[in-house]
Amino acid sequence: MSGVLIAEQSLNGLQFGLMLFLLAAGLTLVFGIMDMINLAHGSLYMIGAYLMASLVQATGSFWLALPLALAATAAIGVVLEVSIVRALYARDHLTQVLATFAIILVANEVVRLIWGPQPILLAPPEALAGPIELVPGFQYASYRLVILGIGAGVALLLYVLVARTRVGMLVRAGASNREMAVAMGVNIRLLFTAVFGLGAALCALAGALLGPVLAVQVGMGENILIIAFVVIVIGGIGSIRGAFVGAVLVGVVDTLGRALLPALFGTFLNPQYASSAGAAASSVLIYVLMAAVLFFRPQGLFPARG
Amino acid sequence: MLEVSKLCKRFGGVVATDDVTLHVAKGEVHALIGPNGAGKTTLIAQISGSLPSDAGRIVFDGADVTDATQHERVCLGLARSYQVTSVFKRFTVLDNLALAAQARSGSSFSFWRPVAAERALIDEARAFAAEIGLARKERFVAATLAHGEQRALEVGLALATRPKFMLLDEPMAGMGPEDSQRMIELIERIRARVTVLLVEHDMDAVFRLADRISVLVSGRLIASGAPAEVRANEEVKRAYLGDEVLA
Amino acid sequence: MARHRTLVVGALLVALALPFVLSATGHDFQIVFAARIMIYAIAAASLNLAIGYGGMISFGHAAFFGGGAYMVGILAAEGVGSAWLAWPAGVAVAALAALLVGALSLATRGVYFIMITLAFAQMFYYVFVSLEAYGGDDGMSLAQRSGLGFGLDPSDDITWYYVVLVLLVAVLYLLHRLIHSRFGRVIVAIRENESRAEAIGFPVYRYKLTCFVISGAIAGLAGALVANHANYVSPSLLHWMQSGTLMIMVILGGVGRFWGGPIGAFVMLALEETLSGSGVLGAYSVHWQLPVGIILLAIVMYAPQGIAGAFRGRNA
Repeated sequence: MSGVLIAEQSLNGLQFGLMLFLLAAGLTLVFGIMDMINLAHGSLYMIGAYLMASLVQATGSFWLALPLALAATAAIGVVLEVSIVRALYARDHLTQVLATFAIILVANEVVRLIWGPQPILLAPPEALAGPIELVPGFQYASYRLVILGIGAGVALLLYVLVARTRVGMLVRAGASNREMAVAMGVNIRLLFTAVFGLGAALCALAGALLGPVLAVQVGMGENILIIAFVVIVIGGIGSIRGAFVGAVLVGVVDTLGRALLPALFGTFLNPQYASSAGAAASSVLIYVLMAAVLFFRPQGLFPARG
Repeated sequence: MLEVSKLCKRFGGVVATDDVTLHVAKGEVHALIGPNGAGKTTLIAQISGSLPSDAGRIVFDGADVTDATQHERVCLGLARSYQVTSVFKRFTVLDNLALAAQARSGSSFSFWRPVAAERALIDEARAFAAEIGLARKERFVAATLAHGEQRALEVGLALATRPKFMLLDEPMAGMGPEDSQRMIELIERIRARVTVLLVEHDMDAVFRLADRISVLVSGRLIASGAPAEVRANEEVKRAYLGDEVLA
Repeated sequence: MARHRTLVVGALLVALALPFVLSATGHDFQIVFAARIMIYAIAAASLNLAIGYGGMISFGHAAFFGGGAYMVGILAAEGVGSAWLAWPAGVAVAALAALLVGALSLATRGVYFIMITLAFAQMFYYVFVSLEAYGGDDGMSLAQRSGLGFGLDPSDDITWYYVVLVLLVAVLYLLHRLIHSRFGRVIVAIRENESRAEAIGFPVYRYKLTCFVISGAIAGLAGALVANHANYVSPSLLHWMQSGTLMIMVILGGVGRFWGGPIGAFVMLALEETLSGSGVLGAYSVHWQLPVGIILLAIVMYAPQGIAGAFRGRNA
């Protein structure tokens, strides 16, 4: 196991974790403040990726397309919130599951209708297509490095927004005690719509940035949604800090696990079993992690609610 | 019958129960009074088993139940009623009481026989319904009952487990004079067969019913004894100054 | 009450006569579809026991459903083809899995319970996907349906239909007795007011776990049947989207209402079949999930108690 490989996988894990954070942040806020299970969160991620791909084609520029994709997805999120999601806040969790599941179905089919069933290509910007030498002997994809940078930057921005601004304080108040926030005259409707829209933009950012790395295809939302839920459960529902710690933890554990476990198993199992056992074990790893965290801290690492 | 020794409970920095030692003799009605926030409900929760204690012992009917679960204590005959009504809202009065009776009559890991066919349970439930004054409303869904009637059912649920000892947490909470009178009469009726630890703010009821009174202030027991004694106690009077009048 | 009983008897008569009606009208291929609906009705009914009656929102029932299916598949691959061995084995494996998952999960509440049941289900999924010997990612075929003896030929679709029907009726009857028994009463009470149930002397955890295991066992039976139905087991049976689909059926049909599971299964599968197979959508048939999604949304907005609830109006 070379040090370079581990370093590379650690960076990959951190990058994956930061992207997961973008998804988890929106999800945990919606769940924490509006007490709403939103299965369609993954669909916004998918829509963001698809819109990005089309906008890159239309404008010819990755960096021009990015803010446009974010804005468009945020707009779609707002429309969704005002039309359907708003009616779900007052309903029970099972109803929310049913409704947002239905949204997944509709979103998947609409995407298929517009873009077709085949995965589509989203290429990283040409300037970042090659590797960069971080340390002599250690090369790393420059695009991934940029994702890391953007992810960290947005995380910092979110932290500042939530921890240091008035709006952020309202958001945190809403997460820990909604009735109190309403009683204190906060315009809850506007706040909810804004939070949902922000969540949608974050999803789109993750989708657009990860598009070149993972595949842009129908169903990409569901795969990552489940991991995002694991993240917010580990981190504690309603907590941005929890979402961050949880996301980085999950990202690194998952990526390193996938890289190292098959090799580890190979040392004492014969290769045929090692690869399938390794694959199974690394897939299962984050769920084991979640179960372990819940065992010691049933409310997650940083529960927002008292 | 009930011996609480040096019981403690802390919530973070707040001491809710502070080294409480309390004895309730068999057959007596023992009242627990104190200002709001004194920790009476916390103490009840610790005795009933729904809240674990940080220190101290609880001995019930000769058995050490400090670490026993709530349902184990119920099986030994220790039942509780709640300050905030906690009945089975969508069940009828009869079904509520039958359920409690069912808990104390044989195993409920029975999957085949319809429970509606168990005449014995239904008869018992009807008897309890009559005892708590809800005979005419036995088929009413609990949620449709008036407040006073719900409080009666609240006590009835605990009574239907055929306990030896009942912890009654403010049974008269929110009741008007007529309903309170009925509740007092109910407690008078059951005291012959059940030992009672009664938490109440209604001083009228307390002095009519109690054999002995204990006073809890800020988690500490500051007095315990015969009603006349407690009434004359200076510290008790100070604690109640501006709260209630003990005269 | 009498009207309800009439409806049930009527439905049973229709179900008994259905294969002959379908045969006579040249719709033989629908007999297999009807059997499939009944298999999912069993699965959905099992989940309704956990969610609707037990109040335990399990997002991991696919583990028990798929586990039962895989047990049958694995036994078939190893040469054990008798239904009398394979099906109880499927049920037993599912029950055991439910015991394990339940014992570990029931200490948690609310969304954490949902997530942890999901986590365990995913673990089962990944384990089965990694079993290269039994098809791995692609799944595996069974040579034929499990043997029943008694001169019955399960590969005959009409025979198969009646076998499934008998099991569905048996399961529903057992559930009916369970719900009205002492145990059922306690379970519903726990869902209604868990702390008070504990306070009047019921060891709540034991009851919930038992309910969860029974629910898992029945899901395992449905799984054993589904493996036989198409003579094929695939890891997708264990995927969380499968759990989600079952949950949608229950919610659609009516959570906690006796017929919720079967009704939800019927509506979802009928919608799928009508929209994708019958040409209603013409060239767009492959996008049948779009109108399904819209219909589900409409039902959420206008029939909050699910379909069974819309008809009954009272708590069943």
